[in-house]
Amino acid sequence: MSFITRGFSSRRGERDPRLPPGQSLVTDWPVLSAGPTPEVDPADWEFVVRTENGAHSWNWDELHALGVEDIITDIHCVTHWTKLEMPWRGVPLDKIWESVETEHDYVMAHSYGGYTTNVPVEHLLDGKSWIAFEADGAPLDPEHGGPARLLVPHLYFWKSAKWIRGLVTMPSDEAGFWEQNGYHLRGDPWLEERYW
Amino acid sequence: MTTLDGNVLAGRLADTFGWDATAADARCATCGAHGPIAIAVVYATRMGVVARCGNCDGVLATFVEAADGRAWFGMPGISALEITRWTPESESPA
Amino acid sequence: MTSRRPATWHVATVVDSRNETPTARRIELDVPTWPGNDAGSHVDVRLTAPDGYQATRSYSIGSAGEGTRIVLAVDEVPEGEVSPFLVHELRAGDQLELHGPLGAFFVWTPPPPAPGETPRPVQLIAGGSGVVPLYAMAAAHAESGDATQFRLLYSVRTPEDVFFRDELTALTVAEPALRLDIVYTRRAPPDWPTPPARVTRDRLQAAALPAASRPRVYVCGPTPFVEAVAGWLIDAGHRPGDVRTERFGGS
Repeated sequence: MSFITRGFSSRRGERDPRLPPGQSLVTDWPVLSAGPTPEVDPADWEFVVRTENGAHSWNWDELHALGVEDIITDIHCVTHWTKLEMPWRGVPLDKIWESVETEHDYVMAHSYGGYTTNVPVEHLLDGKSWIAFEADGAPLDPEHGGPARLLVPHLYFWKSAKWIRGLVTMPSDEAGFWEQNGYHLRGDPWLEERYW
Repeated sequence: MTTLDGNVLAGRLADTFGWDATAADARCATCGAHGPIAIAVVYATRMGVVARCGNCDGVLATFVEAADGRAWFGMPGISALEITRWTPESESPA
Repeated sequence: MTSRRPATWHVATVVDSRNETPTARRIELDVPTWPGNDAGSHVDVRLTAPDGYQATRSYSIGSAGEGTRIVLAVDEVPEGEVSPFLVHELRAGDQLELHGPLGAFFVWTPPPPAPGETPRPVQLIAGGSGVVPLYAMAAAHAESGDATQFRLLYSVRTPEDVFFRDELTALTVAEPALRLDIVYTRRAPPDWPTPPARVTRDRLQAAALPAASRPRVYVCGPTPFVEAVAGWLIDAGHRPGDVRTERFGGS
């Protein structure tokens, strides 16, 4: 049975009423890695959406040509930090989905390097997600998921897959990497859906 | 970020198995390489601990801890773990 | 599976805490339930904050044997969660939660006597605070009276950063003697024959036992140091199974 260690206090940031439960405000941007950082050249980069009806792919310029927009959004990491009003630039999934035909309600996001995470289609569309290339006014660093990452800011940030390579639609919800290993299937920060 | 090695898994493995398995031989399910868990490449953050194969980077095992005392041990990439019940030089099997 | 010294959770009381180097503290702990530990073992120290938040980190034990007192030498990691607390806040009388002894792989025990056979020599290679478990091995070796040839190559920034300096010096004149090579990487003592420089492949070759002697090698320190040294050892002909490593993270 653990006892409180005299003199030790947790180093979490400040609480703020704008934050979901259990979150604290930070001003830096912590990097959390589950493996080696992939190095992907935009010249070789490809984004693929694969459905039961086939696949559609875009290279770097083709995806940008769909229309890049500016976003200001809060992001919430399941490890209890939140950044408020962070500027991003990316292509909304709504634009991408104009080229997609599927009856499936879920996707598995796949990253360069092998990371996966599952997201329901309804959580990608209607202005809820982007393929993002810039954050804080600069191109995404590889350690933060550059050259491009999925951005789904209304869910815990492990769902915003770094080094995004493609989406594969699925008829039912299946667990991606962290979801297989203890994390919640959906990950809504306002309901504190952190773990199984 | 900097990596560690499987030695740091000793405590979590002892909590999971009841004994320190860092010297136990593990086989990577992705590439077939094997060696003691102690030589795995370990990425440790507040998300959890991910142990990867030094040969192919495949995920061997994961540890995730929640603040309420729950924890999860995943072994997605270890096809089998050698445990030593006894050795010929020591005692006979019970 | 049974073990001579199963790992369990203990409550330790701080007996003494003193400066070891400008950035590290030597902490002596009384652990009444300690089963003893092999040289090279570590403990997981778990701290609990009033709001229930817990942080756990591993620390090598700078001692070995059957007693219930253990010694840690903790180097402060800048912006760390646990080491700044242990270095700056912890004081005699405080209690800590420990999990141990841990470390089935990175340990040394005196080999069983094999009459007519020369025991394989041991080469220890330490980077900075990586010396802690290796010092424990060297001390256990001297205590056991074991005849194995032991060498320690210790890479350290400045003379003030040397851990267990007096104890290591004593081991170099004990029976059997530890051969100690210190490499200063930033500033050497005034009378030092070599200018400060990092360990290189050639420096390692000159100071360490050659592959032909088939030593058991233990390398411990920051990850980049361990990986560079291990690579050079393999290139020099040591077999991977003969080189045991423990990475401390950091740079």
